[in-house]
Amino acid sequence: MSFYVESRRRRYAASVVLAGLAAFPLLAQALDQGFYVSLMSRVLIYALAATSLNLVLGFGGMVSFGHAAFVGLGAYTVALLTSAGAVSAWVAWPAAVAVSALAALFVGAVSLRTRGVYFIMITLAFAQMLYYLIVSLKTWGGDDGLPLAARNILGAGIDLKDDANFYYAVLACLVATLLLVGRLIRSRFGRVIQGIRENEARMEAIGYPVFGYKLACFTIGGALAGLAGALLVNQTGLASPNQMFWTQSGMLLVMVVLGGVGSLYGGALGAAALLILEEVLSGYTIHWQLGVGAVLLTVVFLAPHGLAGLATVVARKRHG
Amino acid sequence: MTQLVLEQALNGLQFGLMLFLLAAGLTLVFGIMDMINLAHGSLYMVGAYIAASVAEQSGSFVLAVIVAVGATAIIGALLELAVLRRLYRRDHLSQVLATFALILVSNEAVRMIWGDQPVMLAMPEALSGPVEIGGFMYPAYRLLIVVVGVVAAASLYLLVAKTRLGMWVRAGASNREMAQAMGVDVRRLFTIVFAIGAALCALAGALLGPLLAVQVGMGESILILAFVVIVIGGIGSVRGALVGSLIVGVSDTLGRALLPTLLREIVPLEIAASLGPALASILIYLLMATILFWRPEGLFPARA
Amino acid sequence: MAEHAQAPLLQLAGLVRHFGGVYALNGVDLSVERGEIHALIGPNGAGKTTLIHHISGAMHPDAGSVRFDGADITRMAMHTRVAHGLARSYQITNVFARLTVFDNIALAVEARHGGGDETQAVIERIGLAGATGVAAGALSHGEQRQLEVGLALATAPRLLLLDEPLAGMGPEESERMIELLDHLGRDMTLLLVEHDMDAVFRLADRVSVLVAGKVIASGLPDDVRADAEVRRAYLGDT
Repeated sequence: MSFYVESRRRRYAASVVLAGLAAFPLLAQALDQGFYVSLMSRVLIYALAATSLNLVLGFGGMVSFGHAAFVGLGAYTVALLTSAGAVSAWVAWPAAVAVSALAALFVGAVSLRTRGVYFIMITLAFAQMLYYLIVSLKTWGGDDGLPLAARNILGAGIDLKDDANFYYAVLACLVATLLLVGRLIRSRFGRVIQGIRENEARMEAIGYPVFGYKLACFTIGGALAGLAGALLVNQTGLASPNQMFWTQSGMLLVMVVLGGVGSLYGGALGAAALLILEEVLSGYTIHWQLGVGAVLLTVVFLAPHGLAGLATVVARKRHG
Repeated sequence: MTQLVLEQALNGLQFGLMLFLLAAGLTLVFGIMDMINLAHGSLYMVGAYIAASVAEQSGSFVLAVIVAVGATAIIGALLELAVLRRLYRRDHLSQVLATFALILVSNEAVRMIWGDQPVMLAMPEALSGPVEIGGFMYPAYRLLIVVVGVVAAASLYLLVAKTRLGMWVRAGASNREMAQAMGVDVRRLFTIVFAIGAALCALAGALLGPLLAVQVGMGESILILAFVVIVIGGIGSVRGALVGSLIVGVSDTLGRALLPTLLREIVPLEIAASLGPALASILIYLLMATILFWRPEGLFPARA
Repeated sequence: MAEHAQAPLLQLAGLVRHFGGVYALNGVDLSVERGEIHALIGPNGAGKTTLIHHISGAMHPDAGSVRFDGADITRMAMHTRVAHGLARSYQITNVFARLTVFDNIALAVEARHGGGDETQAVIERIGLAGATGVAAGALSHGEQRQLEVGLALATAPRLLLLDEPLAGMGPEESERMIELLDHLGRDMTLLLVEHDMDAVFRLADRVSVLVAGKVIASGLPDDVRADAEVRRAYLGDT
């Protein structure tokens, strides 16, 4: 492993996928399958959320089991602001990012004092705390959640109520996030957090303020999760406590591992694979979760490096 | 007021003891095998479902509890042999994922067998009324739970503190390599511990069945509480699990019952009405975060 | 700062640390002068590695003080000490096993915002120029020990704490490491914990003896070797 080697082939594959994604709404509309545009928006939003978790988990080495809380906070921020009249995406979405970042900063500052399984558990506890807090706040809808009256206003003549336009907005956010994370992990900051993942004690011993770097990484991950939440509430039209329940955090972890921990596109790949698998299985049986569980077990036991790892192995074999 | 506090304290004790039944297995599995098992809550659910089915068929609550405990112990042992033992040497992340997958699988399996709707588990007729203790009335069934919980906790203590099996368990929890060097058959020990943990889960599930709804997803909420318990108590420590269970059980129950009332005394009614339940519902998580802030390894760290 | 120029580079006074009821450090006094190679010897369990942990900042003492270059650093965080010029290596090799030799050293150089040329220079100095692109985990034991020292060296320390750099090495590897340490000693101050007595008496300007958490003797190698108490307590003479 080296920080200084970058796969050109992977970059090429990414541009092909991007072109395909850009053409997707046109294709779906031509085939009169508009429903799939909405489904793909959901896939891309979760791709963004999983990518943000992968920054924390895969590059920072922190097994955060409460990431869905930051997604949920972003969703609630947008729903609350919109109902208070701040309907512009340019206000509500950055606010969601800021709120989630602040929450992550606080949660991280406390949680990062602990190690290993205690860290997993305390992040889980904080997320559950937020979940129950929101469930019990009747003014914010409690169990039922907080509906979003209408999608946010983007301006420039782009109406997000149109599913295709919303899809492109989501795609733009995802691409921007991937570019940002890609740059970040290749920067000095990225090398440092990966060094910490590899050997935290030694990083401290060669002069890095480890705690600060981990906290920064955790906070950036939370901020990006807030953006995913802002998009999610626009997609579903509802900020719901269910989006914050611990099983949602589990699902995000599943996506990251399925796609590839510590691989730039791992989160996105995993989100797409899991949601499409769900969609396909649920077409055949109401017991589709059985299939998801089985696939997940197979991945843990047979492909511990996820789909991205599998792709690398296949590529290596093909190219000798 | 005093009666309310007493009654709620008893409820808290009862809840705490049931939490202990779950947490004990969880903390042992974690302490000895260094393994996070999210599917522990699923065994609790399975135990409750089996108890409901047996009670429905036979009409005997006692038989239902016994069958549920025995069957779940066997299921737990099979699960350990088939899946979990492959995970001991993997990292925590893999364990989280694999056992998360087991939750999905067992939830769907339960749905396929028992359907989507919650099933009823009736409490024994004879215990459905209240009894008088110390001048106030308390539901007989809840009292039974307290008694069974105390007996189970005491038996577990005797098992861990006084038997050869318990000595192996303690040796395994504090130093696995040493236990192996002492000639403990660690593989068999793990299976046994897992079966015992599963049996305790089923006991809690069967006993709580009549009070809570027996339904898919019942394991997930209580699982997190059991994790809070063992993290507060110190992972791997049975004593810590007991203390943690009682702290969580009592403070959660008392918090829910009393906080809204207490808040009404100090803040305006409309604020108290929304703040009270909110505060009560996050109380134990605040407690856990506070304890971990001061003692990052819990109250009774098992390993020095 | 002028008054500090004459003070020892490192000065430990009354350092105490107990774990439970056991005193690992029982009032350690030690001073390391500028420019010297100072060897710390003592039987197993004397507290040598614990002492290194306390000097480097991985652990903090229950009582006593650590002064570096005249300043009290007893409570200072480990990474801040590194920035002040106090670096350590580990007894059990503790490198970034999955990273290449280059990335290992580059990380340490980057910690003080140094550049790529310095990385190359450090790699050459520790004799690993032929293995720049090799993953650290794939190096031989001796090479990993060289990298271990290199990681500390790359932080450009004024005082280098070396915890048994010769641990587990064959005669040839040891010879290479001793030469490396000899060279380093010309540019910086070394505090060397080592079991290999040949190496200690070849390299050290001064030697201190740690027994049961206390320094029982400190002085020139020959004097320490001749010290009766040291012979009794440590070298096993009767």
